[in-house]
Amino acid sequence: MIQLRDLSAGYGGRDVVHGVTLDFPPGRVLALLGPNGCGKSTLLRAALGLLPRSGGQVLLDGAPLESLSPRRRALMAAYLPQSRPTPNITAYKMVLHGRFPHLSYPRRCRREDYEAADRALRWADAADVAPRPMGELSGGQRQKVYLAMALAQQAPTLLMDEPTTFLDVGHQLEVMAAARRLAQEGRAVVMAVHDLPLAMRGADDIALLDGGRLAAWGTAEEVYASGALDRAFGVALRRVATQSGWQYYYG
Amino acid sequence: MSSLPTSYIPRRKGRALAGLGALALLCALLSLCLGAVPVPPGDILPALLGRGEDSAVQIVRYARLPRTCACLLAGSALAVSGAVIQGVLGNPLAAPNIIGVSSGAGLGAAVCGALAPAMAAAVPAAAFAGALAAVLLVLFIGERTGASRLTLVLAGVAVSGMFGACTDAVVALVPDALAGWSDFRTGGLANLSMARIAPAFWTILPALALVFALAGEMDVLLLGADTAQSLGLRYKPLRLLLLALAAALAGAAVSFSGLIGFVGLIVPHIMRRLVGEDSLPLLAGCALGGAACLTLCDLLARLLFAPYELPVGIVLSLAGGPFFLWLLLRRRGGRAL
Repeated sequence: MIQLRDLSAGYGGRDVVHGVTLDFPPGRVLALLGPNGCGKSTLLRAALGLLPRSGGQVLLDGAPLESLSPRRRALMAAYLPQSRPTPNITAYKMVLHGRFPHLSYPRRCRREDYEAADRALRWADAADVAPRPMGELSGGQRQKVYLAMALAQQAPTLLMDEPTTFLDVGHQLEVMAAARRLAQEGRAVVMAVHDLPLAMRGADDIALLDGGRLAAWGTAEEVYASGALDRAFGVALRRVATQSGWQYYYG
Repeated sequence: MSSLPTSYIPRRKGRALAGLGALALLCALLSLCLGAVPVPPGDILPALLGRGEDSAVQIVRYARLPRTCACLLAGSALAVSGAVIQGVLGNPLAAPNIIGVSSGAGLGAAVCGALAPAMAAAVPAAAFAGALAAVLLVLFIGERTGASRLTLVLAGVAVSGMFGACTDAVVALVPDALAGWSDFRTGGLANLSMARIAPAFWTILPALALVFALAGEMDVLLLGADTAQSLGLRYKPLRLLLLALAAALAGAAVSFSGLIGFVGLIVPHIMRRLVGEDSLPLLAGCALGGAACLTLCDLLARLLFAPYELPVGIVLSLAGGPFFLWLLLRRRGGRAL
């Protein structure tokens, strides 16, 4: 489990995230919400050590992040970055790269690595595009391949930065459903998202960032009841009970 | 259950690489045979071993063999250097001669020639130092400004110009600084001896071996900083190491061939088409294809206006310049720039 303790981080000496304390517990989907520029990406990147911290601590299973080698970190947490370049290789090769932390030099894939990649591709519903070059795939297909790559990493925690951006609504729901299934398998899933109704319906927990500070953290129910979302986004989020649970909309 | 094949590495790549190897060998053989005085292919092996007609032995062993070796070495070193630079900087327009790595190496070689003209073995080291300075400067500019691809190339032009000016200054002060090169500025491979090439050979060989050994890491590096780091790759040290190796390769090539242009740009692009973007086949293709390309161009330079010779750099620039423009024009409309 990743735990952030009073975490501060930023770029070029200017803090974007201020003193955030937050846990990413296993078996739950945590949606990281907040207006543009509130520090969601910064928080995720600092939590993985991709960005140096200016204060506080990150614990991975109780061990300070800096005491772990990059490879150990990669075995404990997978990451789907916001900017996802499209290298001109096949989707299958891409997913195999997810096995990198499991391979010692000379990085020769073993049978179990191919099997893990196959499983991840099927899990992410991307088996059909495996032989095709990444450049030929649609945005939604590419997203699935990236997800499969993160799954092939077989880390207990998965952090996703805006996994639904640029996806149509059907694919957005698929990503959320995939996150839910992963949580049911016992993984900790954290996703920075923009779509409030999608997050409120799909996530177990909500962490709300506003101006780089943690404005609210709790179950979706608690955060909704607190009214913090309305204050942070300047909207009126309302909900209505339907047969398939609460549906959220802007009032 | 397992419906997916366990590997998607096409056999086609292996065949393409074998073909490139054969092409390089053929070019090398032609390079030994053809010239002002043709030597029949059957006489080459005896001549190399010191048997047969005395004139043929002289020509093959002391003129054509060093020249052919120089072509093969410089071609593979520059092409692999270009592939590494393009990959690591994520910029298809980058190449040793375009972002100033070659001119940095040239300055190093000129300074070495001016200060210690007797120390031929030190030239590759000095060229490496100059090339490394150039590549680090361009990397720094790219990092600090978040420069776009075109800006990085423009920064390279500026760096290239500054190093070129410094080289000219050195030559103005010490006219004999570049006396060892037949055609330093355009790049030429005439009048070389095996002793002259040897120090570069001992730089290029281990550098190539190291780059090949890091191909798996390079594949992951190309996924972008965030993804690569989240997969457990030590991104910054690896990037620095690869660029240093690219600088060593380019520097060693410049140390005997001068500022040969465009091999490092053209060959990686052709190889991407031919064998794809996986690093190991791409780098192997660049090594073989670069060797074949430079040897072929040198042959042309020798034969086009025989008995007069052009420096090989002229042939390459005439072929490479239009290719670079085509790359620019083709990418202009796309989102690549």
